[in-house]
Amino acid sequence: MFWTFLSRSIRFSTIFLYGSTGEIITEKSGHLNLGVPGVMCIGAVGGCLGINAYLKTLGSAADMSAFGVVIIGILCALLAGALAGLLFSFFTVTLRCNQNVTGLTLTTFGAAFMKFMLGDLENSSSVVNLGTASRAFTQSMLPSEPSNWFEQLFLSYGVLVYLAIAIAIAAAIILKRTRTGLNLRAVGENPATADAAGISVGKYRYLSTILGCAIAALGGLFYIMDSLGGALEFTVDAYGWMAVALVIFSIWKPNWAILGSILFGALYIAPNYLLNLSFSEKEIIKLLPYIVTVLVLIITSIFGKRSVQPPAALGTTYFREER
Amino acid sequence: MEKTVAIELRGITKTFGDVVANKNVDLDVYRGEILSILGENGSGKTTLMNMIAGIYFPDEGHIYINGEEVVIKSPKDAFAHRIGMIHQHFKLVDTFSAADNIILGEKCPKFDLKAERAKLVEAHKAENEAYENYDEAEHPGPLAYMKKPKFHSEKETKRRLALMPLTGIWKKIKFNWLAKKRADVVQDIANRFGFKIDLKKKIYDMSVSEKQTVEIIKVLYRGADILILDEPTAVLTPQEIEKLFDVLRNMKAAGKSIIIITHKLNEVMEISDRVAVLRKGEHIATVNTADTNEQQLTEMMVGKKVSLNIDRTEPHDVKNRLVVSGLSAVDPDGVKVLDNVSFEARSGEILGIAGIAGSGQRQLLEAIAGLYKVKEGSITYFDPSKDDAPVDLRSKTPVQIRDLGVRLSFVPEDRLGMGLVGNMDLIDNMMLRSYRKGFMFLDRKSPKKLAETIVEELEVVTPSTHTAVRKLSGGNVQKVLVGREIAASPSVLMAAYPVRGLDINSSYTIYNLLNDQKEKGVAVIFVGEDLDVLIELCDRILVICAGRVTGVVDGRRAIKEQIGLLMTKTSHDVDENQISIDDLHTESENDTANSEGGDAQ
Amino acid sequence: MRSVTGKPSKFDAFVDKLKKESPIHISKRVDMPAWKQWLIRLAAIVVALFICAIITVSEGGDFGGFFVQLGNANFMQLRNFIVLLQETAILLLIALAITPAFKMKFWNIGAEGQVLMGGLMCATCMFYLGGKMSNSALIVVMLIASIAGGAIWAVIPALFKAKWNTNETLFTLMLNYIAMGLISFVLTIWVRSGSGVLGVLRYGQFPRIGNQPYVLNIIIVAIITVLIWIYLRFSKHGYELSVVGESINTAKYIGISVPKVIIRTMLLSGALCGIAGWLLVGGTSYSITTNTAGGRGFTAILISWLGHFEPISMVVFSLIAAFLSKGASQVALTYHLSGSFPEIITSIFFFAIIACEFFNNYKVKFNFAHFKKSKEQGGEATTAVISDSEREDGEKGIEDTAEEHIEQPTSEGAALEGKDLEGEVTE
Repeated sequence: MFWTFLSRSIRFSTIFLYGSTGEIITEKSGHLNLGVPGVMCIGAVGGCLGINAYLKTLGSAADMSAFGVVIIGILCALLAGALAGLLFSFFTVTLRCNQNVTGLTLTTFGAAFMKFMLGDLENSSSVVNLGTASRAFTQSMLPSEPSNWFEQLFLSYGVLVYLAIAIAIAAAIILKRTRTGLNLRAVGENPATADAAGISVGKYRYLSTILGCAIAALGGLFYIMDSLGGALEFTVDAYGWMAVALVIFSIWKPNWAILGSILFGALYIAPNYLLNLSFSEKEIIKLLPYIVTVLVLIITSIFGKRSVQPPAALGTTYFREER
Repeated sequence: MEKTVAIELRGITKTFGDVVANKNVDLDVYRGEILSILGENGSGKTTLMNMIAGIYFPDEGHIYINGEEVVIKSPKDAFAHRIGMIHQHFKLVDTFSAADNIILGEKCPKFDLKAERAKLVEAHKAENEAYENYDEAEHPGPLAYMKKPKFHSEKETKRRLALMPLTGIWKKIKFNWLAKKRADVVQDIANRFGFKIDLKKKIYDMSVSEKQTVEIIKVLYRGADILILDEPTAVLTPQEIEKLFDVLRNMKAAGKSIIIITHKLNEVMEISDRVAVLRKGEHIATVNTADTNEQQLTEMMVGKKVSLNIDRTEPHDVKNRLVVSGLSAVDPDGVKVLDNVSFEARSGEILGIAGIAGSGQRQLLEAIAGLYKVKEGSITYFDPSKDDAPVDLRSKTPVQIRDLGVRLSFVPEDRLGMGLVGNMDLIDNMMLRSYRKGFMFLDRKSPKKLAETIVEELEVVTPSTHTAVRKLSGGNVQKVLVGREIAASPSVLMAAYPVRGLDINSSYTIYNLLNDQKEKGVAVIFVGEDLDVLIELCDRILVICAGRVTGVVDGRRAIKEQIGLLMTKTSHDVDENQISIDDLHTESENDTANSEGGDAQ
Repeated sequence: MRSVTGKPSKFDAFVDKLKKESPIHISKRVDMPAWKQWLIRLAAIVVALFICAIITVSEGGDFGGFFVQLGNANFMQLRNFIVLLQETAILLLIALAITPAFKMKFWNIGAEGQVLMGGLMCATCMFYLGGKMSNSALIVVMLIASIAGGAIWAVIPALFKAKWNTNETLFTLMLNYIAMGLISFVLTIWVRSGSGVLGVLRYGQFPRIGNQPYVLNIIIVAIITVLIWIYLRFSKHGYELSVVGESINTAKYIGISVPKVIIRTMLLSGALCGIAGWLLVGGTSYSITTNTAGGRGFTAILISWLGHFEPISMVVFSLIAAFLSKGASQVALTYHLSGSFPEIITSIFFFAIIACEFFNNYKVKFNFAHFKKSKEQGGEATTAVISDSEREDGEKGIEDTAEEHIEQPTSEGAALEGKDLEGEVTE
């Protein structure tokens, strides 16, 4: 029972992990992208439409190759997310718009866009198609049901779960241990200094936002194709906000985000596993991630060591002539 | 000795709004020399250098490096031309270690595929030759085979050549990787230059002088050929200065060009080969250090005496209005910005404060106005409406000071960032001082009247009183600010650089206003940078240097050079002219020397 | 002095520099007349509408029909029009609530949560006190409770901001979700069935005026709009908060206590959000769900920001937003489009407005065009360069009002005089 719970938590945490890893990469450049929930929706749209189109060209969903479906889904989601990131950076870097305002609009747009684009699929044969395709995503490397705790905990997931953890670890390493990461952090901490050191602030902000959004978009794909098994539900944006919260909780470190997202995932699904809870107690448990996040925010600001603060230039627009 | 020109500036002009920062400046810097750029504050030294470093872009003029015209649009371009600048305000990321700051933004050396391929072919060829000429008999012993040259078949060479792009990528990845020992590499360089500093420390844990050192190491590490230092010695200890100078001399010997912006004459004499003097944005002259002396440099720096014809009346009814004694303060970094400052401002007098900008003038005025935290000392105000009863102003907030009935007006240096709100119109800016009157709602009638009066009397050029002040020109902004402060009918009026960036007519308006206030019995404190003006306008001039009072001179008898020397030297030099700069700095570090400031009075 | 006619090399150098500089130069614009700004915005709205119409067409709609439906949905019947006004009113009220905080540069994106807390307190009063007192007394109690709810929810992040500079953007964002969670929690207690849907509460509903619902809401918001306009423009508090927003240094210089202003302003902001919650629960839906605020808290941020914190502009923007949203629902209904069509339309509208602000704030110079022009009419182009430098001199020199800002040939003489004067004195 416990192992099942833990493994479900890990699986569910993936949606947060994609969102927060992407947002961490973006925020490290000093961009506060409140459009992440929208980007996740757009990612779901991209992935689903891509898979749907692929299956349609095949004629019958039974002919699909699992590998092809996964690759097309991932690539389409990445592309959709990258386009959303491009839009956001164009507004905030090139047009120097307020990041909060642009991000909120992007979220509104993304959520509506998802309903608009996928709403048509809901009552058609495409849903059956997506359901079939989702098997390619949920397929674990085990031939049968997991038989012991080890298999349950480590081997029972679909490909996107491993990919999320791999991306998070890679992001952590790149941010901490490469010059690219160092330069990126400098842009987020002190753009004027980075500029003086010969780092192109605009370029880094553009690229990190596009990359971050592409990664976050996979969260939307995961939600539809793995968590829901190809069913269409339009609540992705709520998870997106959770991912934004998770960024604070994990103090802007992707490796912490892995643990944080598992905790958030566990808290999120815990009500379903604690059988003798009343409805109201379940609601309180669902609140915990947010309350914990607020506490982390307060504690870091009060006792804040310098290393756990948000990037100093977070949310600001950089314009060299204003130095 | 044949000298090659490293960098040439021709006709460089730069303006900010209506302030001309540099006007038609021509300047040459040779290889293997140390050039000092000397000038008072506001003379455009830093702006000029910022244009070489890619921070600003000149409005007019050309820059030549090694004889070729270049365009430096960004710091990146400056790097490409091997120009490095150490700014007065550190450009460091606080949360990074020093080593990471130093390697920040470093570019991977270009991997030249063609050249590398050619090199490989050559190497293989050479080894193959060695292989063929190898004679085993010449190398006996059981381990000889290890030294035996290898033969590279044509196939192998071809394979290696085909894989060459991968080597390039691998090198890029390897370069991009931040090894744990990355700090050691930088540390080695630092040690080699004789800097004693732990580069693994985070910047926010560092003292100011350590940060400065990091900046210097950063530029050295980047391998600059032309090194610009903006007042590098201001925060260093004498030992560190000596070391820095040694470093600079070494670099000079290595053929690099070094430009030092400074106003410390003794350092100019000690370190530089030539001195370029700027005044009011113009290049006055460049002289060989060996052919000049401090006296001559001072003259060039401050200019010949000019008659300004400011009416100066004899003060009457002089009484102590504000007495400051033993005032000390430290900035957030823990550096002493005010050191045992004592003086009195008298009613009916203009007290000038002279000094290089950044010597503590701002902090002094803000401390009096209740805006800067005081560590030691006292500020006493003698209230004229209460028979000159003393009022303690130390550590009071501005509101408390006002509530005590102290009529203190303050024209801060930062006009639009502190004294006024740029985005608000004239009327709303008038209200900053008066809005508290009345209940709940604002009274815009009297501020409007005041604004109209000021516009009329001070001839402020503005479309209307509803224009946002940031749209006005510098002179008009200042008239608005001074007009408002005077309207409060103060008994003490403090003005920091009230004519900075103003044209001659507006400046005269301000001088006249200050004189009127003096006539009315106000104690005026005037912080200025133009010595001619200070001498013509002020009754007494307080000279400060590095947060200490180095002398008080009578405005009617003062000689410009005398003030100039007081400004650039600390109290010791004035008292006993023989003490060298090293001792001075040791003293200023030393608390026992604090009283010297007072003695100088 | 600065004669160029004798020195063609200077002109060459100028052209040279243009060639070397980046092709697009962006600089801050300071003086854009209001009518021009509105013209740009109008153009943006037209572009947005055009895009939306095209989307409609691509989904099987009709280009002209799109505009007809937009109008019909809002103006066909009196009821439609009142619903439009009601929707505008609620959006406007929340935008007004955020405005003082935003003007102070306190990025309160927690309006959604503050509205919900106001609504929750209101619903609580309706649920527990309903029938125990007269309806009018209940409505007053609801108002007080709502104000308290909103204000408390807003002042929590303000306290932490004032004391420890805790990041308010993220803090208020989290409080939104906590507020939603609290509502879900309360609903599980109130609704025993477990459905989580609270039916219409009978007591405490606002009275109808002229047999139309929502009229009271509209009147209340109209009054509040005027009050807030007065508060921001004519009250000391409003003045203080704009000084804090413009420059903390100036605020300190004139002795304003910054933490006090932050806390006070957020109390006001939250109280107004609370009132919005009161109107939504007591005057609109007579019930509460986690979706009662319906994202208006976020839309209102856009309205406040795009309206440059001016209540009048905010009225215009909220009216357009409500109009588009309502109209688009009708379009979606007519052409069987997705129910999310209105949100798509509004977000495209907002994107367009956000983007057009760039042209209001920045001047874009294309060097290519500049270069071409100066080549064709070399003389004129160079004069433009000179007159730039003249303007500085002119302002320095003589206080000759008219000539200063207008580049006229006569100002050249004045400027030169000023220059000569200065030259004499310094040398």
